[in-house]
Amino acid sequence: MNTAAKTIRITYREAIKQAIREAMQRDPRVFVMGEDVGRYGGCYAVTMGLLEEFGPERIRDTPLSESAFVGAGIGAAMGGMRPIVEIMTVNFSLLALDQIVNNAATILHMSGGQINIPLVIRMTTGAGRQLAAQHSHSLEGWYSHIPGIRVLTPATLEDARGMLWTALQCPDPVLIFEHGTLYNMEGDLAADAGAIEIDKAAIRRSGKDASLITYGGTLHKALKAAEELSAAGIDAEVIDLRTLRPLDTAAILDSVTRTHRAVIIDEGWRSGSISAEISARIMEGAFYELDAPVARVCSAEVPMPYAKHLEDAALPSVPAIISAVRGMVGENG
Amino acid sequence: MREATEIRMVPQADAQRLKLDRDHALTLLREMLRIRRFEEKSAELYSAAKIRGFLHLYIGEEAVAVGGVRALNPDDAMVATYREHGHALVRGISTASIMAEMFGKQEGCSRGRGGSMHIFDTATRFYGGNAIVGGGLPIAVGLALAEKMQGTSRVTACFFGEGAVAEGEFHECMNLAALWKLPVVFFCENNLYAMGTALSRSESETDLTLKAASYEMPAWPVDGMDVIACEEAARRAVLSVRSGEGPCFVEFRTYRFRAHSMYDPQLYRTKQEVEEWKKRDPIATFQARAREAGLISAEDVDAIDHEISTEISRAVEFAEAGAWEPEQDLTRFVYSEKAHL
Repeated sequence: MNTAAKTIRITYREAIKQAIREAMQRDPRVFVMGEDVGRYGGCYAVTMGLLEEFGPERIRDTPLSESAFVGAGIGAAMGGMRPIVEIMTVNFSLLALDQIVNNAATILHMSGGQINIPLVIRMTTGAGRQLAAQHSHSLEGWYSHIPGIRVLTPATLEDARGMLWTALQCPDPVLIFEHGTLYNMEGDLAADAGAIEIDKAAIRRSGKDASLITYGGTLHKALKAAEELSAAGIDAEVIDLRTLRPLDTAAILDSVTRTHRAVIIDEGWRSGSISAEISARIMEGAFYELDAPVARVCSAEVPMPYAKHLEDAALPSVPAIISAVRGMVGENG
Repeated sequence: MREATEIRMVPQADAQRLKLDRDHALTLLREMLRIRRFEEKSAELYSAAKIRGFLHLYIGEEAVAVGGVRALNPDDAMVATYREHGHALVRGISTASIMAEMFGKQEGCSRGRGGSMHIFDTATRFYGGNAIVGGGLPIAVGLALAEKMQGTSRVTACFFGEGAVAEGEFHECMNLAALWKLPVVFFCENNLYAMGTALSRSESETDLTLKAASYEMPAWPVDGMDVIACEEAARRAVLSVRSGEGPCFVEFRTYRFRAHSMYDPQLYRTKQEVEEWKKRDPIATFQARAREAGLISAEDVDAIDHEISTEISRAVEFAEAGAWEPEQDLTRFVYSEKAHL
């Protein structure tokens, strides 16, 4: 029997939980802290069952004090621990911005390289679940503006399982954004799936006619669009950025140099966004390779509405991606 | 159920009362004077444009840092604010490396990347130098959490001004520290003004100990102009925290003699008020007291003054002679140069 080929059926949620469990088993310094991570089992049930397994010292329910427990994560990391801080959703992370931006991102530099902050902060991001304006933000691109932190956006089971361990090994603060629509995604994962690098993009589908550059929740929309385009004779490549900071510029430019066309798909708003940054890097590094202007499919510039049809209209969609690609490839496809 | 928030002090046995002897008196005086002279020199160097950016002087508040920091063991951790030169000096970070930091030289304790407001030193477990009011409190709580989870008996001291009590972070941290019984001691330096905003103009309840006590921790005020009282209170609080009783809060009632920073024309307080407080100068009053008690002599004071003045001159020379970090190193320390810790 070939054990190397053995796979398990698993959800994205469970893959993260297994990553946390394994980290806690491997390293006694690792602990989880956040709102409702213990008794409740996690707002998105990621930490369900871990309290029973590891006890309340290592699975710590916190008061609704984002600034205090994120900052306590920073302090605990300075003090020799390896905290995994769970912020329920990205919108609540705004209450901890002071700690993330003014402390986590700056202290290594302000201390002249003396003080590391090996902290992992996980949070849910994204829209698509009719949660209205305050619970549907996609601010990972916004965080990627800040030097001193790393921003990860695992979109696959392998990355959900493998990025956390690497993040915990990293001497610097790492923010992991888990798109809310991915938790129930189910698939086959190698039983021995292990650590994954946290500074490289991945080609999820090879193609020669256009590069669809995306990450997180919209990866699966891009893949679906690529499949439909393929039926129409257009061969799209799909790049999963996986990490928004550092951004794997080389992988982006390499793909665009091969396909000569780029569509960036980002659930964030267009203005001042990571999609704008990617576009600028393509202009700076591959301008003469382009056969068409870079196109972007982003969320409409509106606070996310509750009503389903309006939310759908606000978000990047498969038809919008297809239309953007067709617009640059021409109508022969 | 209690009818009202009750102020609790950590009980103190008579045996714990500080018995001031000559050595102790000399140390207290030397430490306070070092801060005073260092700050005076810093103001001078600011005018000479050797030090730039924001510069917040601690003159008038010396007794608090001296009393508070002396209560700690060398392996305890501490977190301070942007007015932290005094704490850094008492903690034992070299005068020269602090001065070089303020000059922006690479020999500075933070390689010139932090400046006056961001003094860091892992050797003495000095975790900054935080320029966001209240921003250091969560870090102190986290450091204390790490100690507790690692089963050490080390304490984390968190210094902050009374302005921080208006911040949400203060309340979040008081609650979390008390809820989890963390070994953190909160040293609140109440100098009555958050920059230019008087406490009475910004707080509905101006008794700060009541706020801390409402989170179920011992909290009491102390005369922050009396170095003996400061040290006694700090030792008492640290002892209680170290014994596993959870956090303590001490309010040091003090006063800043100088402007908030070098840009402050001090329109918010009267000269008369400042002069009144200066009569309680922690250094002059302590010196008089120690001399009256026959513990120290005028010669001792002269000798200390001379010693400090030499130390500070050497620190300035060291800072002057220091190097500017090469520009090609600009982006170092944004991310760690070590792959693993």
